Amino acid sequence: MTHETPDELRYTDSHEWIDDSGDALRIGITDFAQDELGDVVFVELPAEGESLDSGDACAVVESIKAVSDIYTPVTGAVTATNDGVLDQPELLNTDPYGEGWLFEIDGAVPDEALGATDYREQIE
Amino acid sequence: MSSKQTPLYESHCRAGADFTDFGGWEMPVSFDSIREEHRAVREGVGLFDVSHMGQLAVDGPEAETLLHRLTPSDVRGLEPGDALYSSFLRSDGVILDDIVVYDHPVESEYIVVPNAGHDEAMYDRLREHADRWSLDVTLANRTAELGMIAVQGPEAVDRVDAEADEQIDALEPFTTTETAIGDVECLVARTGYTGEDGVEIIFPGNEATAIDRRFDDVRRCGLGARDTLRLEAGLLLSGQDFHPEDEPHDPFEAGIGFVVDFGDEEFVGRSALEQARDEGVDERIVGLRLEERAIARHGHRIVADGDDVGQVTSGTMSPTLEIPIALGYVDAGSAASGTELAVSIRDRTVDATVVDTPFLESCGE
Repeated sequence: MTHETPDELRYTDSHEWIDDSGDALRIGITDFAQDELGDVVFVELPAEGESLDSGDACAVVESIKAVSDIYTPVTGAVTATNDGVLDQPELLNTDPYGEGWLFEIDGAVPDEALGATDYREQIE
Repeated sequence: MSSKQTPLYESHCRAGADFTDFGGWEMPVSFDSIREEHRAVREGVGLFDVSHMGQLAVDGPEAETLLHRLTPSDVRGLEPGDALYSSFLRSDGVILDDIVVYDHPVESEYIVVPNAGHDEAMYDRLREHADRWSLDVTLANRTAELGMIAVQGPEAVDRVDAEADEQIDALEPFTTTETAIGDVECLVARTGYTGEDGVEIIFPGNEATAIDRRFDDVRRCGLGARDTLRLEAGLLLSGQDFHPEDEPHDPFEAGIGFVVDFGDEEFVGRSALEQARDEGVDERIVGLRLEERAIARHGHRIVADGDDVGQVTSGTMSPTLEIPIALGYVDAGSAASGTELAVSIRDRTVDATVVDTPFLESCGE
């Protein structure tokens, strides 16, 4: 099964994506990650304004079968959170790169973030 | 230890299953979406491979006596074709496993179905007690040679009727019949563990492909959906809601006191259960409805006014009710329906209310 991995995004080993096209970096989980988790039923997000260090467990995604910590790949302050996924966690399954984003953070893309090609190789 | 595979394993692979180890068996968790598989069973029909469940044949002149003494239930009341939910107990009353006993509709034997991975231990238990009590029985562990599927849901009986020689819809709940599906002789039982109508079909493992093909159009369901379905129905999961070492509980604590028939015969665990009956139990299993969106999982603490009163054993977001539900053991004083408690989930406390099970009835519209 092939998973969507948009070329314009950066990725982490722990299956988060980073979108650096806006003022802040937008973070979510990849299509591969949502598929592995299965039906997502609950999401916890960091607080707006919270300062995070790269690698911090800052959000929780629970599916029917598993609970997973989400780690921020970026150091910085949380500038926005996607409250839509609190009420509709299934957006992570149906639109992981769109309506299912998790939070935005003011910081720099880390050097170790993977490009789409490298990430595809990792999940194949 | 490498996992065992059921006779339907190849079929699961072709259907795109995600697998997990369950009781030493490589079993499908889901084929697509647990939520969709769950819905198929509640609204239509779904098919589960339950070949990983144990299959023990108990035959001989004193088979009935053996089962009667090893379970707290009145096995003597069974007629050929009857099925009975019961349990094997330790002498202190603790549940070792829950089982279904089928009184074979045609043969003289009983078929005992313990949980996945328990077949050898329960076979040994039967063997040891038959020897200890000098009972004339013949035992066989047929787990490896038989296959078993569960076809469950409001349309399940009609769907199986379309394939079986004999009319299945005439079968009462918890009864069995022997009938052919295609050219394969099967034992069909109106039983299951989803809270829905449906049947379980036992067949020779080497005929699995022939049986499977008959139900090609029926949605495949995995252990994930089986877990959410059984939990909505308030049914216990062996090893999780009770376990002889990790969650030792007697049938009264576990909410299956209906399996206990004190009658006039001795059975293993009887004196402990008499004491529990007379003195009451310290804790009991309850259903919990969480009042906010959160998932209570096995091991989460249940609290009342800041004090620990129990522990969650199973929890999920109910796909049918769309609310979080859980089972857990609490102090007997906190077990009344309507009691307001809370569950400690990671770093927060989520309000919860004790509700009756099945959740589908107490929390449904």
